[in-house]
Amino acid sequence: MILITLFLEFVLLSFVAFGGATALLPELHRVVVDHHHWMDDTTFTHLYAIAQAAPGPNVLVVTLIGWEVAGLPGALAATLGMCLPMSVLIYLLMDRWERLSGQRWQQAISLGVAPLAVGLIFSGATLIAQAADFRLGAWLVVLATAFLNLRYKTLHPLWLIATGALLGLSGQL
Amino acid sequence: MNIAHPPAPPSGPEPAPTLNALFWGFSWVGLSGFGGVLPFARRMLVDERRWMTAVDFNTQLGMCQFLPGPNVVNLAVVVGKRYQGLPGAIVAPLGLLTGPVLIVLLLALLYDHYGTLPQAQSVLRGVAAVGCGLLFAMAWRMGMAIREKALFWPFTLLTVSAIAFLRWPMPLVMIAGLLLSGGVAYWKLGRK
Repeated sequence: MILITLFLEFVLLSFVAFGGATALLPELHRVVVDHHHWMDDTTFTHLYAIAQAAPGPNVLVVTLIGWEVAGLPGALAATLGMCLPMSVLIYLLMDRWERLSGQRWQQAISLGVAPLAVGLIFSGATLIAQAADFRLGAWLVVLATAFLNLRYKTLHPLWLIATGALLGLSGQL
Repeated sequence: MNIAHPPAPPSGPEPAPTLNALFWGFSWVGLSGFGGVLPFARRMLVDERRWMTAVDFNTQLGMCQFLPGPNVVNLAVVVGKRYQGLPGAIVAPLGLLTGPVLIVLLLALLYDHYGTLPQAQSVLRGVAAVGCGLLFAMAWRMGMAIREKALFWPFTLLTVSAIAFLRWPMPLVMIAGLLLSGGVAYWKLGRK
């Protein structure tokens, strides 16, 4: 049953999703494209692009992958698999958090996980570039976007996304 | 971070939000942001509806970011449980996700019908390039925020080698990485 496989894959993924769904991008690609062959590189980057262009939390890329694999039931199975385990855990844990927080091992994990999350997000970026097979024009857009986003903090990303869509439509990328 | 926020008005604590308010409050959050909605969650919870103080928000967010999984979904569960128990913990994340999921599924329908058109492919290519740039920017920003860079950046490098080049499975990389990087952090904390 593909729905059960889908659900279980995302349950497993949710346990390593430090840094949220964004940091999960490389692993999503490995599981969905390389391992299960549920879709090809192009479709994967398209789904990522759609998730970027839609409002909502980052986890929506998981919903889209589920949809592509098994329609509406797939979308729900993937989203639930991703959200449910940690929601339940946090529901049970939150009242005890006061006692856990601030302890040395807890601080150590928080500090230790940050450099890993940076590496995961950087890997996700290189992976999208590879999977989409960017040429010079697209790389220029990548660089300009990163620069503008870092330099002008109040510039809404939606403007960048819209510009990217138009540049894409003009066939220059 | 937000140390100098204005003192709370002298009025008593706000009444606990109803299930309805939780649903629509988080719906607003979910539909406000693109590629991450955490800043909007803060604005709704702390600034606009005053369901939490800024300090409260930072503590709860700390817990949500400590655990893996979608942080903002975790945050909705926390806020929901706090005000309406189990029903709240179900309704708040539902509010957060329902609107965005409907929109994204609509887009998926369009993609299934028109995705093969060359124009659609070109547009998506442009958006993917911008998305990729935003990821690089996010990695840069987070990387620069790390203190003791000489100590911790090597772990970033190791993660990139293992994930992007060697394509090792992430669960293994994360366990090994957390033991190493968390171990160094633990040692460092003990020396202070």
